[in-house]
Amino acid sequence: MNWIEIFRSGISTGTVLLIATIGEILTERAGIQNLGVEGMMLVGAMAGFKIAFTTGNVWLGLMAAIAAGGLLSLAHALVTIHFQADQTVSGLSLTFLGTGLALVLGDGLTGQTGPVIPRASIPLLSQIPYLGQIAFTDHNLLVYFGYLLLPIVTYFINKTRPGLHLRAVGENPAAADTLGVNIYRTRYLYTFIGGCFAGLAGAAISVAIAPGWYSNLTVNGQGWIAVALVIFAHWNPWRAALGGYLFGILRRFTLDLQGPRLLFGLANPFFFNTNLVFFLQMTPYILTVIALIWGSSAARKKRIGAPAALGTPYQRGERGL
Amino acid sequence: MTFSEETSTVPAVEMQDIVLRFPGVLANDHVNFTLYPGEIHALLGENGAGKSSLMNVLTGLYKPQSGEIRIHGKKVSFNSPRDAISNGIGMVHQHFMLVENQTVTENILIGLDAPRFTLNLKKYDQEISDLAEQFGIHIDPTAKIWQLSVGEQQRVEILKILYRGANILIMDEPTAVLAPQEADELIETLKGMAAQGKSIAFISHKLTEVKHVADKLTVLRRGRATAERVDLKDYTRESLASLMVGREVIFNLHKCEQTAGGEVLRLEDVSALNNKNLPALRNVDLALHEGEILGIAGVAGNGQSELVEVITGLRPCAGRIWLEGKDIANKPPSFSISQGLAHIPEDRIGVGSAPNLSLTSNIIMKRYDQQPVSQKWQLNYVAADNLADGLKTEYDIQAPNVHTHARKLSGGNLQKLILARELSSTPRMVVAMQPTRGLDVGAIESVQQLLLNQREQGCAILLVSEDLDELLSLSDRIAVMYEGHVVGVICNQDFDITQIGLMMTGTLPQVLHEKAQAEETPILGTPSSFDDVLGDLRNYEESAQTEQPAKAKPSSERAEPIEDPPQPELPTPTEEPPLNLTEKERILRKVLGEKYKQGDEE
Repeated sequence: MNWIEIFRSGISTGTVLLIATIGEILTERAGIQNLGVEGMMLVGAMAGFKIAFTTGNVWLGLMAAIAAGGLLSLAHALVTIHFQADQTVSGLSLTFLGTGLALVLGDGLTGQTGPVIPRASIPLLSQIPYLGQIAFTDHNLLVYFGYLLLPIVTYFINKTRPGLHLRAVGENPAAADTLGVNIYRTRYLYTFIGGCFAGLAGAAISVAIAPGWYSNLTVNGQGWIAVALVIFAHWNPWRAALGGYLFGILRRFTLDLQGPRLLFGLANPFFFNTNLVFFLQMTPYILTVIALIWGSSAARKKRIGAPAALGTPYQRGERGL
Repeated sequence: MTFSEETSTVPAVEMQDIVLRFPGVLANDHVNFTLYPGEIHALLGENGAGKSSLMNVLTGLYKPQSGEIRIHGKKVSFNSPRDAISNGIGMVHQHFMLVENQTVTENILIGLDAPRFTLNLKKYDQEISDLAEQFGIHIDPTAKIWQLSVGEQQRVEILKILYRGANILIMDEPTAVLAPQEADELIETLKGMAAQGKSIAFISHKLTEVKHVADKLTVLRRGRATAERVDLKDYTRESLASLMVGREVIFNLHKCEQTAGGEVLRLEDVSALNNKNLPALRNVDLALHEGEILGIAGVAGNGQSELVEVITGLRPCAGRIWLEGKDIANKPPSFSISQGLAHIPEDRIGVGSAPNLSLTSNIIMKRYDQQPVSQKWQLNYVAADNLADGLKTEYDIQAPNVHTHARKLSGGNLQKLILARELSSTPRMVVAMQPTRGLDVGAIESVQQLLLNQREQGCAILLVSEDLDELLSLSDRIAVMYEGHVVGVICNQDFDITQIGLMMTGTLPQVLHEKAQAEETPILGTPSSFDDVLGDLRNYEESAQTEQPAKAKPSSERAEPIEDPPQPELPTPTEEPPLNLTEKERILRKVLGEKYKQGDEE
């Protein structure tokens, strides 16, 4: 096994999770939980590949993916913010809606090849031993975009006025409302932004990391992992990055584990017994469950965690607690 | 108070014929409200009388169906809180509108235009502490809200309004959540601000407090004004109460003479830690008998809530707790419930009820596994509804029907719901914590009467309250807690508010007790003036302090921490610093001030 290669591609696949998770963090920080990430990612992946394939311009594809994810999320925003429906139910149905839309509109794209996001190395940083090879050599541009996203989003949330309002709306909308912050507009905006990020994450798969359209296997549950990672990350972008890259590395590692005949000088059980491979494929999801349990209990202890108003619709003047 | 209607002719606020309707409710029915600069105007009424709704109209949160609002003589129409803010109106809500995990400065900056994008918090921290200083408010602008006490959080709310340049302040039941000494500080702050020309509308349902704070008064009952802008000095506590409730309120509860029976509860050497793992209860010994109300007095945070949690099985402890001969210490709550323990918790919404469940579900929470609600492995909802319906009538719970969600009930009705659940199971022992806090006079009366009825039926009641008047009128004995110790237990015939006050501040009880008996203090009667009383008190304190070391030592072996509370070298410090002398004085002033005023009226 080539460890450098495992870490390298872990970071590359982790970027998808990172982008989707950060989008969902922004949405949830405003108090809206959108479980439809999987659906939005699929729509984004489909739209990105389809437009890139038909126009031959990968950047147009990316923009289409962003728009598609954002548009789909507006359905969730309308249902949960405007009509104050249950966010879990709406989010789940958004997944089904997104999956269905992507499969119908993506019909006939399977097996095609389109343009992909260009790759690049960062001049000086790639010279660093090991780290340079893992993180800064021959990655597609979206990986570097992910690196930039982290400090920007962290700064935005914690040190700017819109970020202050975002946090206030998610923690105590009534407080923000009495001070003149427009709750509905803020929540619509960040639900939309979260959708855009999810769409971009989908496209990051279909036009960059694993180019092509393979129906709903394109995204293959990564949207759900992103939702879980938000909790694991305690709604903090840096921890989201840690989790995202970790899961990316793990996915690649479980793949590589099935390859060689010999493992540490012994017969590789995963090579000879296909049933064991199923268990191997389960590991990311089992870890997701563990991360969820651990993340939520740890968060409760440390007084950090879910925005207090997450999942509750805001209505002015409701006889409140 | 320095200003009057003659000196400033233009009212700061003029609300005329305000009509506000909610689906099914007429919250305000042609109400007028006028507020002049430099004036504190109280708005009195029961819960749900429409006080908060009227003020929410003024802050732009609700839009009235009809009526006019004039600010400084100019007609205005508010579409959002922002409009009200720009007209210099700010409101401190009863439930604080603060973001818990943001700092003081961040909370104050929400919704403003400057700074535009990047928050330079350091610069604004400074601005805010300057502003706080101007009004004599002490606060650390970099602290997170959850780290602050309730009183400090309220100061943040006030600062939030002042920072926006408000000159009309609306305080919605500001003292409901405060400990007595915090309430006193707040009232001082408000009076100071009024003297600087701010206009203050003060919503309350506490009669004594209103008499203490306000210049003018408007009383609301069921959305209508029963008194508009009247002078407070023309009214007695009784006449105000009948304006509020619409009937005579009897302040003297019916309490029959009876002697306590056998022992029901005994605490032996009970110690426990608080949430921060610091000692909260230290070697507490207490006994409680049939047909007896044992009051627990003390300044908030001296171990009262831990005591309640230990008895109800919600907190682990060392030592033993005997309930009718069975040790219930460190047993699950279900065990003590089966032994006949009822719990009326302090937090009605979080602990006492399930806000999103119906009245029925809340009622059957303790008896879902008993006949007739339980039928083998399933619930009999018809029987449950019948049971709930019966209790709803018996306890006079005002709700459309038994399927109404508990969160839609007003504070008094929610408390009646909890009482209905707890008392209908004919308990042997009731633990009640702050059972009347935040309720209006009508509800307080019925809650207190329900507790007294239980006492008559031979139930043992542990009553924790910060309202000394309530403790004095209900209890057969009062135990005073200080820093986790029970510093003394006083019997009914010896009740002396001065002594209790001194014990609450940690002064040794025995010394004073002897002194009080020897000198036959005039405080027990009607004091001639407030300063006299305070002067007496100071003498007590001084003599108590000088005599303490000599007299205290033989009295008890584990009274050490109580002897000298003001000294920092206490063997087991809690998170709160020991009370210093000025704070002590303030508590005493509070305790005696109330007594003094009552004497004045009667």
